[in-house]
Amino acid sequence: MKKLLSVLLIAAMLLACASLAGCGSKDVLTLNVYNWGEYISDGSEGSLDTIKAFEKWYEAEYGQKVKVNYTTYASNEDMYAKLSSGAVSYDVIVPSDYMIARMAGEGMLLPLDFANIPNYQYIDESFRGLYYDPQDLYSVPYTYGVVGVIWNAAVVDEADTGGWDLLWNSKYGGQILQFNNARDAFGTAQYLLGLDVNSADKAVWDEALAKLKEQSPLVKSYVMDEIYNMMASGEAAVGAYYAGDYFTMLDNQAEDVDLRFYYPERTNYFVDAMCIPSCCQHKELAEIFINYMLSEEPAIANAEFIYYASPNSLVYENEDYLEELGEETVEILYPGIDNFSELYNEFAYRNLDADTLAYLTTLWETLKIA
Amino acid sequence: MKTASKIYTGLVMVFLFAPIAILLVFSFNSSKSLSVFSEFSLHWYEELFRDSVTLGAVRNTLVLAVSAAVISTVMGTAAAVGIHKLRSRYLRAALDTVTNIPMINPDIITGISLMLMFVFVGRLFGAATSLNFVTMLIAHVTFCLPYVILQVLPKLQQMDKALPEAAMDLGCTPLRAFVKVEVPEILPGILTGLIMAFTLSLDDFVISYFTSGNGFQTLPIRIYNMTKKTVTPKMYALATIIFFVILFLLLLSNLSDADTAKAVKEARKKRKDKREK
Repeated sequence: MKKLLSVLLIAAMLLACASLAGCGSKDVLTLNVYNWGEYISDGSEGSLDTIKAFEKWYEAEYGQKVKVNYTTYASNEDMYAKLSSGAVSYDVIVPSDYMIARMAGEGMLLPLDFANIPNYQYIDESFRGLYYDPQDLYSVPYTYGVVGVIWNAAVVDEADTGGWDLLWNSKYGGQILQFNNARDAFGTAQYLLGLDVNSADKAVWDEALAKLKEQSPLVKSYVMDEIYNMMASGEAAVGAYYAGDYFTMLDNQAEDVDLRFYYPERTNYFVDAMCIPSCCQHKELAEIFINYMLSEEPAIANAEFIYYASPNSLVYENEDYLEELGEETVEILYPGIDNFSELYNEFAYRNLDADTLAYLTTLWETLKIA
Repeated sequence: MKTASKIYTGLVMVFLFAPIAILLVFSFNSSKSLSVFSEFSLHWYEELFRDSVTLGAVRNTLVLAVSAAVISTVMGTAAAVGIHKLRSRYLRAALDTVTNIPMINPDIITGISLMLMFVFVGRLFGAATSLNFVTMLIAHVTFCLPYVILQVLPKLQQMDKALPEAAMDLGCTPLRAFVKVEVPEILPGILTGLIMAFTLSLDDFVISYFTSGNGFQTLPIRIYNMTKKTVTPKMYALATIIFFVILFLLLLSNLSDADTAKAVKEARKKRKDKREK
């Protein structure tokens, strides 16, 4: 009796282990998409559920059922760690620029077959040949954005605005927010001082640290997404963040708060792009998915949901979309950068080498502890 | 002195429940703001039920928690019975220690080591992906198991050893004696273990984070990943719902606990009365 029970239990356990390598049913294709959280139009607030729409469209077009397994990550590094563990398989990912450079360098991305992505033609010329993918082999730009300064006009004098020095202005001591991550925080100081944000020279980083230490008594707190509530409620008056996120704060601002936004002359640009990782199992399907996301309806729905700028001309030339955003928003979201690729290649953050990164981390700790 | 202790209790209550109260209030806010309550509305509840990804994550979390709780309760009870029956005191102490390790181990170490093991085994079998629902389930059972054992073992020790022996004397098979006599005695422990395993699995983030594979994400991971943009008030609505469901379960289990305690007391009294007669 006891023996029989043990044998049964062992069998059950082995069965569970065997299903480790389990696979889904064959008649439904599964596409694993790994994207940032809240980074696709998901049907909330009456928007288009682009994933469901893709599944429907694909079945109508190809007569084959497909299930999109959509999961999310919180940072490039989280995504990188998951993929490099070798334990997962994703078909489409959306890393940021510097991470694309790193992953391509490590052979973690597959070259795309652009014959399956004809809608790539709508991607603006200025988003081609950017440093992270100079030959446009691996990536299709999804969104882009620029860091700017958000200020509360009810507190801050307009005459003080315009540059990065607003974040160092002692008049607003205790009401200034600074980024709570090393790269962005040092970036603000480096742009202010006119230094190279991608320098491998330790002296450059030391200089930026000195500037940040000078700022630290004025800083209310070092924040990431806490900035939304602190700016919207009027708790803080000055902070730097991405243009698209400024509108989220604007939508929620309290009655006595009057948020405004401007771009300093030198600032950070980012591009998030769709890529296919080397662990991909349905490459063609992944390319069709990418192509679908570039077509007019889903691309506009995503741009409206995410509220970042789109590099897709089907979106930024669409009258209805521009009207929906309103003139003021368009001006901020699409600053009409003609020489985007030039500015981008000069000012955007690049992947730092391991030594510099380690040095930056130490400096950051000394700043936060002091 | 009395007022001081009352104030102290009050303060503790405030710190414990104010965050939940704020969450609850703002889940009914019509705007996204956390500072201004503009208007009562069920808007975020509607949005929540339209968000298929979040609902999928809720479903995943519940499926995982229920299966992990049931499996670890069955395994844990069996293990507790086994440990209880051991004759050697040293062996029992050793087993006790071993089962406690996953409980004392920091989550992050359990998570990483489990992930490494799954990846290793997956590679051994040549699988393209080695993390999936089953690996998460194994991970959750692993960390729930010691808590179940810890709940059941004391109940076994409290139980009168003569009870199952008497049952077998009166003609029960050992299995029947176990089901009819031992299980009812240790049932409160089993139930507490089950509920504990369920709640532990429900709110685990760290271990799930390391062992989740493609396509299977639980709610805590989903919420964590929202931080590139803001966490939307949909989540306040969801948290409010979960809070009330848990509260309901808690009340239910406390009521049933009180009931069983009462029943046990009465049964003992009856037995005592009989013996005295």
